[in-house]
Amino acid sequence: MSLRRRPFSLFRPQQVPDRGVLVENRKLVEAIDRRKVLRGALSLGALTLLTGCNVSQDESVQTVLRAVSDFNDGAQAALFDPNKLAPTYDVSQVVKPPRFNAYYEIEDVRPVDLSTWKLELAGLVKDKRPWTLDAINALPQQEEIIRHICVEGWDYIGQWSGPNLKDFLTRVGADLSARYVAFHGADDYMESIDMASALHPQTILATHYAGEPITDPYGAPLRLRTAVKLGFKNPKWVRAIEVTNTYQQGFWEKQGFNWFSGL
Amino acid sequence: MSDISLHMGRVRDRARRLHPLPLRIMHWVNAVTMVVMIMSGWKIYNDEVIFGFLHFPEEIVLGVWAQHGLQWHFLGMWVLVLNGLAYLAYGILSGRFHRMLLPIRPREVVAEVIAALTFRLKHDDLTHYNAVQKTLYVGVIGAIIFQVVTGLALWKPVQFQGLVSLFGDFQGVRLAHFLGMAAIVLFLVVHVSLALLVPRTILAMLTGGPRLPDAPPSDR
Repeated sequence: MSLRRRPFSLFRPQQVPDRGVLVENRKLVEAIDRRKVLRGALSLGALTLLTGCNVSQDESVQTVLRAVSDFNDGAQAALFDPNKLAPTYDVSQVVKPPRFNAYYEIEDVRPVDLSTWKLELAGLVKDKRPWTLDAINALPQQEEIIRHICVEGWDYIGQWSGPNLKDFLTRVGADLSARYVAFHGADDYMESIDMASALHPQTILATHYAGEPITDPYGAPLRLRTAVKLGFKNPKWVRAIEVTNTYQQGFWEKQGFNWFSGL
Repeated sequence: MSDISLHMGRVRDRARRLHPLPLRIMHWVNAVTMVVMIMSGWKIYNDEVIFGFLHFPEEIVLGVWAQHGLQWHFLGMWVLVLNGLAYLAYGILSGRFHRMLLPIRPREVVAEVIAALTFRLKHDDLTHYNAVQKTLYVGVIGAIIFQVVTGLALWKPVQFQGLVSLFGDFQGVRLAHFLGMAAIVLFLVVHVSLALLVPRTILAMLTGGPRLPDAPPSDR
């Protein structure tokens, strides 16, 4: 009889409390306002429907969403094949001039004084002497005709050239086992990428576009160009490179975009 | 002894519902996930529209800024893939797909589409899917798989460049992903309207529906 009334369940306790407990606590049980519980449940349900408003901004919701985003960093790092080359294109497909994109409008671009410009090095680098543009241009040059893909969904084919980043990091004695390479822009923009992507064969320090030196407003005189990251992970107006094991949130990650953002 | 056999009988009865509990859970998880994916996808789309005339109103998108849309989309992605794999495994291993979704005979589809358009299509027996239903269900399962594949190509166009080249280029994948979404939204409109016309189907998807008569062993 008892078996029939109570089908086996892992969630049903083997021993139930004495029913006398209910009598003892009758007042307390009645005090739990069922209307309130119902109202709470309903507003929770309504919250999930009113997503267009501000559920996404809710702190606890953001905590969950950002935790999943961090988890996705790991998933993307696992998907990333350091030996896989991105498709390259014909010089006839190159868009000239490159598309302007920044966190500010084109009229707010702050020009860099090229006569005094130097590339600073910081962090886990043996030789921290700054580099002049002439010295960078004297390094072996690598050209990449690759697709720039923006997180917004647009893309274009660009022709970039400059020294290979892995060669450069090796030359200055950077710790290639460090986790991050961070790029600081003269426009107060900072983004860091993982070392594996920094060492990818198609990652360069671009000083030229379509064979001409990069000019304003396109990130003069040096910008990172990597074929394996979304556009916003390619800082412009680079003034300093830092090799580090400390994670730093980049400009867009602070607003909630995913850090790894690999392609 | 009789108690135990009765108990076992109950368990067997429960397993023979039209929509077993695991299937119902997966259905509703998928329903919520699809809504999240579609609405957050619209938010992402709005950042760089494919069609100049089409901009999804803020009232029906998920997220205040593009980054929210992306956050929701990449959360929903995991739920969709894990739930979807469980659903496919369940459907294939339990024989449910074979039993309820196959075969689809083109002649029946045509006849039943005409019947449906002239409001003569009946859905009295919930345990039997007509050819139109079978086509729609197989179609939407295919569309969701297509969205996972095109979504993967959009997310990682360098790692999955072979997939991207199937659609031309990056924008080709975006368009394919958009069309897959449109197909699923169309399915949703038809599916939800038909379910509302025959409310018993919604109840069945909530409670399990009628118990199935004993099927011959060869059919299981």
